[in-house]
Amino acid sequence: MDSITRRDSLAIGAGALATAGIGGRTAQAAIPVADVAPPKQPIEAGASLRVLRPSKFVDPDEVVFRANTQKFTAATGVPVRVDFVGWEDLRPQTAVTANTGAGPDIVVGWPNDPHLYYEKLLDMSELANYLGKKYGGWYFLAEKYGKRWKTNDWIAIPMGGTTGPCVYRESWVHEAGFDKIPNDLGQFLKLCQNLKKNGHPVGFALGNAVGDANGYCNWLLWAHNSFMIDEKGQVAINRKETIEALKYAKALYETFIPGTMSWGDPSNNKAYVAEEISLTQNGVSIYYQVKNDPKSAHIAADTNHAPMPFGLAGKDPSSALVLNAMVFKHTKFPNAAKEYLRFMMEAEQYDPWLTQCLGYWAQPLKAYAKSAVWTMDPKIAVYSDGCGHEYWEGYKGPINAAAGAVSANYVNVHMFAAVSAGQATPEEAMKEAERQAKRYYKA
Amino acid sequence: MDASVWTFKRPKQNALVRLLDHKPFLTFLCMLPAGLLLLLFLTYPLGLGFWLSFTDTQIGQAGEWVGLENFDSILHDRVFINTVWNTMFYTVVATVGKFALGLWLALLLNENLPFKSLLRAIILLPFIVPTVLSAIAFWFLYDPQFSIISYLLVDVLHLRTTYIDFLGTPWPARWSLIAANIWRGIPFVAITLLAGLQTISPSLYEAALLDGSSGWQRFRFITFPLLMPILAIVLTFSVLFTFTDFQLVYAITRGGPIDSTHLMATLAFQRGIPGGQLGEGAAIAVSMIPFLIFATLFSYFALARRKWQQGESND
Repeated sequence: MDSITRRDSLAIGAGALATAGIGGRTAQAAIPVADVAPPKQPIEAGASLRVLRPSKFVDPDEVVFRANTQKFTAATGVPVRVDFVGWEDLRPQTAVTANTGAGPDIVVGWPNDPHLYYEKLLDMSELANYLGKKYGGWYFLAEKYGKRWKTNDWIAIPMGGTTGPCVYRESWVHEAGFDKIPNDLGQFLKLCQNLKKNGHPVGFALGNAVGDANGYCNWLLWAHNSFMIDEKGQVAINRKETIEALKYAKALYETFIPGTMSWGDPSNNKAYVAEEISLTQNGVSIYYQVKNDPKSAHIAADTNHAPMPFGLAGKDPSSALVLNAMVFKHTKFPNAAKEYLRFMMEAEQYDPWLTQCLGYWAQPLKAYAKSAVWTMDPKIAVYSDGCGHEYWEGYKGPINAAAGAVSANYVNVHMFAAVSAGQATPEEAMKEAERQAKRYYKA
Repeated sequence: MDASVWTFKRPKQNALVRLLDHKPFLTFLCMLPAGLLLLLFLTYPLGLGFWLSFTDTQIGQAGEWVGLENFDSILHDRVFINTVWNTMFYTVVATVGKFALGLWLALLLNENLPFKSLLRAIILLPFIVPTVLSAIAFWFLYDPQFSIISYLLVDVLHLRTTYIDFLGTPWPARWSLIAANIWRGIPFVAITLLAGLQTISPSLYEAALLDGSSGWQRFRFITFPLLMPILAIVLTFSVLFTFTDFQLVYAITRGGPIDSTHLMATLAFQRGIPGGQLGEGAAIAVSMIPFLIFATLFSYFALARRKWQQGESND
């Protein structure tokens, strides 16, 4: 709260420094750093900051984030209040902040939000270029989401990304005649059919699940080299590759556990932990959960991760949910805000956060690929290059409000769900998706 | 000074006191806070909603006046049309269900039962639990993998071989939501109707018994007509609550599978907030108003304004 005095925050900061030190010692690898002078951002006298960010999915996310913030306060004397808000509330709150010009100075928001409010944001180019030079450059998606569309102007500082690769039971996949997740779509279908035959069906969300269902259906689309929007920002879903993707989805759906049409975001986690399904697509949270519970140690030991099949795409056809930090022009302390983001992204703070989140967030800066988190447990290494995926929301079109509306209204998900459930032919579903998408991409 | 003569002189009143003694002014003053609250928290948002529905406002972008374009657009949107039908179906079926069961329950509770007060308190439970909590409870009941209902039928009683897919296909999903809504709505109807039943004088039933009436006749000619005024009020409220329901659907299905269980309120939210199309979301929300006005007027004119309520005979 605002009532915390500077002395209080110093005291809290000192305590946090100690805890962060302990946490940091367990795993700290040398992050390769280039010798670059930080941008000159003298902190304004009497500065204080308010930060808004999405709530944690794994506990250390919040604990270490707060500890790092207190370290910043201890080092600079700038009190910082961090509010954690529910994932679905973050977007409206960002909108209110942007529209009213009041509230938090920094919003660590969703990937496309800075692109909606770029006129109201401070330019981040100097800071982003410094971080990029110091830490071996930005990954593809970080750059895509950090820079304004088709310019070199940074409007946000990407802080991490989370992906949904394939989570599977190794022994059951062996039993089905495969020693790893095949990269070929036909082979992958064969694997799922065998798993189903052995009584271990797979499960992917097809209900109105913002994260999981969009992730699965985007993979289906992109793995068949299809896409919703072309480079010019026109709806381009009506193509033969889409039909192929839909037919494939229907065949794959036959191997699912019943009930996935109503699956929400937590459903596949529950089903996997209960050993009802052998394979799904998810962030690191499933593994984190089974690993931390002694009762499910045998599941953790038998769980592994792999990229979803590349199919026809030739590269990982999935995107990442990128945490995108933006500083609003209405802040009274722009330098303090930028310094805060710089501080949080520097290795002394960023690496402990990355490490203790156990792969939940993947780094946007390439040097952090050397972080101990990716060697501590080889099973989560697949999450490491999440920000390196070359697909984004609204691929191949611009990052804009229409792309967000298409995901929020499940246009792509409903197309695949309708065909999978046998409620529509591939042609009908594709036409309907085209019609729905065009409602948002109207001129 | 002569103490025996006491002359009372009313102190001269200042303008403020005289103003406050003026009854119309005082009435106005006392109603002002309530009026301001209504203006601020009801009229303003409603007006803003109306205004937004005629603009192409998106989250983060001020919109421009586009006239009826949003309404034209949603009228050509299959999802919206289906949602309107679904909302009406949901409202009608759930209201009938709530009334049938609620009235029945009220009649039972009006009898002399052991532990009457305790039973009445228990009946209120579904109404007391916050909607979101009961919605999450139903979400567990309807889970395709972990439903206790499926578990009982398949693993304990062996009546079925497969788990029930409550929410995976449109019709079962709709019925499941209606069942949850009825469960939640019964207590409100039952308790209000029970209150109504208790205002009916027992002497009427005694007189009817002496005339040799049957149970059905007593219900048809005494209970039902005398319950009518309160029935009309409860019906109005119930229809309004059901029509504007949001939490149950949002927590259990999010409008899925494939938009088949969306209500107008959930669709308006999805389009407006996560989807960012505030103008279109507002247009969907505004489209609910005519239905609500119609429902209110119907129950008011058709049910409540019977002549006998003014003490005349019912011709």
